[in-house]
Amino acid sequence: MEKEFTAQPVVDSATAPFPGVNGKSRTNQRDASMNLLSKLYYKYKKILKVIRLFLVIAGPGIIVMVADNDAGGITTYTATGAKYGFHLIWFLILLGPVAYYVQEMTVRLGAVTKRGHAEAIFHAFGSFWGWFSLLDLVLLNWLTMITEFIGMTAALGIFGVPRVATVIIASVMMGTMVIQGRYWTWEKAAMVFCVLNLIYIPAAFMIHPPVRQILQGCLIPQLPPGGFTNELFFFLMANIGTTIAPWMIFFQQSAVVDKSLQEKDITGGKVDTAIGAFFTVVVAAFCVILTGTLLPGQNIYDAASAAAKFMGISKQLGTFLAIGLFDAGFLGAICISLASSWAFGEVFGWAHSLNNKVKEAPWFYAYYFFGIFLAGTVVLIPRAPLVLITLFVQVIAVTLLPAALVFLILLLNNEETMGRYKNSLFQNIANITIVTVLIIVSSLYGISALFPNILK
Amino acid sequence: MILEFFKNTVSTVRSINQKYAQPQIKMTRMVKFSLLSLRLYLIFLVGILVYRFITMLR
Repeated sequence: MEKEFTAQPVVDSATAPFPGVNGKSRTNQRDASMNLLSKLYYKYKKILKVIRLFLVIAGPGIIVMVADNDAGGITTYTATGAKYGFHLIWFLILLGPVAYYVQEMTVRLGAVTKRGHAEAIFHAFGSFWGWFSLLDLVLLNWLTMITEFIGMTAALGIFGVPRVATVIIASVMMGTMVIQGRYWTWEKAAMVFCVLNLIYIPAAFMIHPPVRQILQGCLIPQLPPGGFTNELFFFLMANIGTTIAPWMIFFQQSAVVDKSLQEKDITGGKVDTAIGAFFTVVVAAFCVILTGTLLPGQNIYDAASAAAKFMGISKQLGTFLAIGLFDAGFLGAICISLASSWAFGEVFGWAHSLNNKVKEAPWFYAYYFFGIFLAGTVVLIPRAPLVLITLFVQVIAVTLLPAALVFLILLLNNEETMGRYKNSLFQNIANITIVTVLIIVSSLYGISALFPNILK
Repeated sequence: MILEFFKNTVSTVRSINQKYAQPQIKMTRMVKFSLLSLRLYLIFLVGILVYRFITMLR
């Protein structure tokens, strides 16, 4: 009753034929507008607080997802665009949620257990699976690092920069980023390189691509002319293979732990990962648009040759693509080298945080620099079997990816450690389906790398 | 000095093996099945790699 009595005058003042004539109704009107203003201000402050909080949490997800478009990834996308035009953009869009669902699990696992993926495997499954994962990761990361250096040297080679100079420049930049002894500084520097990865977007707008055809390629699932061939299957496998790499799982979980994200930050971490997945797909699609528009029907074997061809069309465009390739290789290299260092630090019990100074965590940083040195040196060896190394990456990845993914799902279903953050039924259905498809496809991709004639 | 480094490494590896000797995850049927499948999968892959290596040498 009392509620009805107090509410009545406000309604009256709003519907009165001469509002404001009555002094009481004027006061009520002013109160109502003040009330509305204060509510709006409160909402504005609340949204601002959420955005600020998100900016603090954001980082690992965006970095890992954008770094997923590494030198190998950019090569795959440019080759796909040149070969099949815009017909497979819809397929790339589908890969965004796939990457998100897998990486989101690492956010929960890291925030709840406070363990990196390597340590979590040792702890849960014992030393046999632990050593298998760690040593496989180290070998795979080293080989992948070499491919990143190949990408970087090829990109700057377009400008006439010698390979030695590129390796030195990249190594010094990678060293400078970590040597500050602050995770925050490293993360923000990495974010700058993530923004640079978007260079493919303005490059695509410069060439005025056929928007209608692109929209058709984005929205209507279709097969390219010629139908489903073995070659198309190989390209689809390659694109799926670049979506999830083992280092991504180890990197993001360790980054979440190093950043000290808590259970309350999981939602923010998920949003961070989703935004990253969105940008991965956008960059991939724009790479396809670039080569699909300018180099249709051509066979592209590496992104650097695509950049060189673009140079012939427009110097500015070629420069954009070369810078993008260098950036992609660099982002991949910084994340991969850290993933290995974190994994070793966790298992061996070394101090292994980017918040530690070099003196405080000497082994962690020594391993980091040793990894860079070893990968950079291989690229400089004359007549090094770089093509064989690239093939080897695909094969070794096949041995580690299924194990890392299966461990991830088993760990996320462990109620004792995950509590209410364990996988729900829907998450299990989605994740088990994704992981099964990823394992089958990556295995076929690895086998096709071993036996190239199998798909011909 | 190098010998000491290797000795330290070996003792560190031993202590890691002791620390993680027992898997901490509850060994449900699902976990056992997954680990067995992984073992079989890896044996299959190693078999393929060895086969490829031998055929390459020939």
